[in-house]
Amino acid sequence: MNGMVRVGFRIALFGLALGGRTAMAAGMDDIAVSGAWARATVPGQPVAAAYFDIASGQGATLTGVRSDASGAVQVHSMTVDGGVMRVREMEQLALPAGQTVRLAPSGTHLMLLDLRRPLRVGENVTLDLTLLDGSGQSTTVRVLAPVRKGPTP
Amino acid sequence: MNLSAALRGLVLAIAPAALIACGDRNDGAQPPATFHGVDITGVEWGKDFHLTDHLGRPRRLADFKGQVVMIFFGYTHCPDMCPTALAQMAQLRVNLGQDAARIQGLFVTVDPKRDTPAVLASYVPAFDPSFLGLYADEKTTADVARDFKIFFSPQKADPHGHYTVDHSGGVFVFDPQGRLRLMLRPGSTVDEMAADVRSLL
Repeated sequence: MNGMVRVGFRIALFGLALGGRTAMAAGMDDIAVSGAWARATVPGQPVAAAYFDIASGQGATLTGVRSDASGAVQVHSMTVDGGVMRVREMEQLALPAGQTVRLAPSGTHLMLLDLRRPLRVGENVTLDLTLLDGSGQSTTVRVLAPVRKGPTP
Repeated sequence: MNLSAALRGLVLAIAPAALIACGDRNDGAQPPATFHGVDITGVEWGKDFHLTDHLGRPRRLADFKGQVVMIFFGYTHCPDMCPTALAQMAQLRVNLGQDAARIQGLFVTVDPKRDTPAVLASYVPAFDPSFLGLYADEKTTADVARDFKIFFSPQKADPHGHYTVDHSGGVFVFDPQGRLRLMLRPGSTVDEMAADVRSLL
């Protein structure tokens, strides 16, 4: 990257509002992340999933995620097709302008691989999202995701 | 008011001879139950399995006679659907109170390469101490999955060796007589699953 290009690198720590309500803030002025959480793991579970809603006013692309809790993070799409669950890594996740993209159980999610520690209810994991805006500027947004027991619908 | 219980009572009152003749209250005398899950009663597959549990004991369906058996095929590197299904099966036992003792949850790994007995021994009982993880070598795993119409397909590993496994969701349910009765679809709620299981008890 050319040294003249200003790289926006603002990090916002997203506080968790009281009462289990959504955490929400904008890292890059344009990016809003809400409702972040990570699924608690059980012993022997080597991977975990994390979820949030994310929106970009101007449009952006999520190109990478890192976490303090795991060696690697991948964005996974998940589809159920004829009763068969298929998970695929997505190289990037498009955030169309003004649309909320939802990462949620049974759908697109973050997969935390090579967990460094079990995820216990009440703890938090950090998710550092790398985003590219329409002009190619890179920004990192830090999301604090509380660990919760997964829903049992 | 439990309608099915009432109907059963009515049938018991008016048709004891038929029941005795049948020797089985689920065949003929009782109006067909309606289930939330897919009623697969009478299919010619999924009649038994020969696997090893996470404590090294050989296991087959007959070991669980008298219990409703819920069986799910998955793998421990599955971050979303598999823990959800197991948590649902565990919650179902909680919801059924004292009937829980008559419900056995089983988790069959479709990824025996990574899901060793030690991994299963820590993973599966964490959802419910009564649950058993079941495994076999790769060939037997494939045979059992085929017999249960379970599709599974390990995907190409990424440069770090990570891979996912496409696989059928759904929980199969055997009745206490060891007959395969239901397939509970992914996306079912615990309440729906519990209602179906309760009607098989």
